[in-house]
Amino acid sequence: MRWLLIAAALAFLTLFLFVPLAFVFYEALKKGIGVYVAAISDPDALDAIRLTLLTAAIAVPLNLVFGVAAAWAIAKFSFPGKNVLTTLIDLPFSVSPVIAGLIYVLIFGLQGWLGPWLREHDIRIIFAVPGIVLATIFVTFPFVARELIPLMQAQGTEQEEAATVLGASGWQTFWRITLPNVTWGLLYGVILCNARAMGEFGAVSVVSGHIRGATNTLPLQAEILYNEYQFSAAFAVASLLALLALVTLVLKYFVGRRAVDRQHSAGHAP
Amino acid sequence: MIAPIMIPDPGDPEAKIAGRNVARSDAGGRSRAAGDAGAVATRSGRRSARRVLPGFGLSLGYTLVYLCLIVLIPLSAAFFKTAQLTWPEFVAVVTAPRVMASYRLTFGASFGAAAINTVFGLLVAWVLVRYRFPGRALVDALVDLPFALPTAVAGIALAGLFSANGWFGSLLVPLGITVAFTPLGVLVALTFIGLPFVVRTVQPVLEDLPRELEEAAATLGASRWECFRRVVFPIVLPALLTGFALAFARAIGEYGSVIFIAGNMPMVSEITPLLIITKLEQYDYTGATAIAVVMLVISFTLLLAINALQAWTRRRQGALT
Repeated sequence: MRWLLIAAALAFLTLFLFVPLAFVFYEALKKGIGVYVAAISDPDALDAIRLTLLTAAIAVPLNLVFGVAAAWAIAKFSFPGKNVLTTLIDLPFSVSPVIAGLIYVLIFGLQGWLGPWLREHDIRIIFAVPGIVLATIFVTFPFVARELIPLMQAQGTEQEEAATVLGASGWQTFWRITLPNVTWGLLYGVILCNARAMGEFGAVSVVSGHIRGATNTLPLQAEILYNEYQFSAAFAVASLLALLALVTLVLKYFVGRRAVDRQHSAGHAP
Repeated sequence: MIAPIMIPDPGDPEAKIAGRNVARSDAGGRSRAAGDAGAVATRSGRRSARRVLPGFGLSLGYTLVYLCLIVLIPLSAAFFKTAQLTWPEFVAVVTAPRVMASYRLTFGASFGAAAINTVFGLLVAWVLVRYRFPGRALVDALVDLPFALPTAVAGIALAGLFSANGWFGSLLVPLGITVAFTPLGVLVALTFIGLPFVVRTVQPVLEDLPRELEEAAATLGASRWECFRRVVFPIVLPALLTGFALAFARAIGEYGSVIFIAGNMPMVSEITPLLIITKLEQYDYTGATAIAVVMLVISFTLLLAINALQAWTRRRQGALT
């Protein structure tokens, strides 16, 4: 019975997880390493890599600062409407990525609220990099906050209050007490946020306009190559993203364990 | 404050972290208690005057401004845009035959995928928690792959695998089963992306399950199946439903992994998110937004349902310990 269950579970996971993952690398390398290297050192691919890195480099820190601020307000203080606020922070996760892109088109697109004004001032947001960054910020909005809020709530406020009573300033308390207590949880949120920021497809696809070398991120580049039947190149680009996913899982595994240890030692203080 | 009754925290906090990337499924019981402890400090005087810790105004202000700018104002744009339509116009757009066909496919396939994931998710969670076998840690870590793998990558990989000359397609097509470019392909893609939800919501509950309960049932003469059905299953049920709802909610909005394998034929294999994009590309902003509003309302309803389910999960678990 036991081995039957294990076998059934592994068969399911193999079919739906491991084989698709292996298939990406198989297809990418099928025509040899030369084709692979050529595909990922293509100028359009390099531009896509640069844009993907740039997008993540803007979106992740912004959502990190937000996550810390939100967690500080929600976890360390009590105020009316706290539950509503926590639910609202999770809202982007329940919105389809396509709709996430659409709402920015409604605001910044040519027919949008700010469209005429933006055109007068020759500012492009939709079909340009700012739109891609905005859509990415939206879809990765809750990641850091939802890691930090429960963690900081569990740790309570005694340590911070003690520091304040002993004369520490607000920033000192934050940097020396709160932050060290949540470092691993914070990293965990950042890793997940980054993976989604680099891999987002639907939302970015709506606002990008698919201009090669200018507004193509890596996932969009993979899509274009695939639709042009350049399968080896498409899977080569996709394999970079699959590698990113694997690195994310490895980091997540180790950071997750550290976060657990950390909370174990800090969480029982009160 | 928020919770009228203080719920004792079920089990240790560490089990929670593992599962929390899926859902804010836990830590709530404890966190609320902690929040209330904080409130005690402020209860004695006028609120702001007695707060010991600084930074409340700044952090809450920043949170609200950022939330409004990035999320609430843009989302409200969809509702304002749709408000330009009269009610009959709105109904006509969102119930057009092609749109209705896309709802049927999106919700049907999402439901099917979530159901498959409920059965196999419970199985995987059970195997990971209860049995030790070589490679268990690796399998456990890889369950989250659909969260980490960009959806477009999943999409082209599944489309390639199930195409007529792909690894799976070349086996299935001779049997008369065509997955690629049919509604079945949509089901496969949605099953892939929803896979971790049930596993990660059920896993911590199974880990916290006191073994004594099953032992007691076994001593009283219950068979292993009765033990599972009468003891384990009722305890796991709220988490199982939560996982189902999370997988379903994720699936109805999914785009990237589906479009490559679906074939995207109107009336047959066109999902609702794709229809929104199609309308956008035809500069039918009003039509696209009207359908988006329908999807948003459904998503928000699901979000509230999921919150209620998670509260139920916590209560059910709290009652045990």
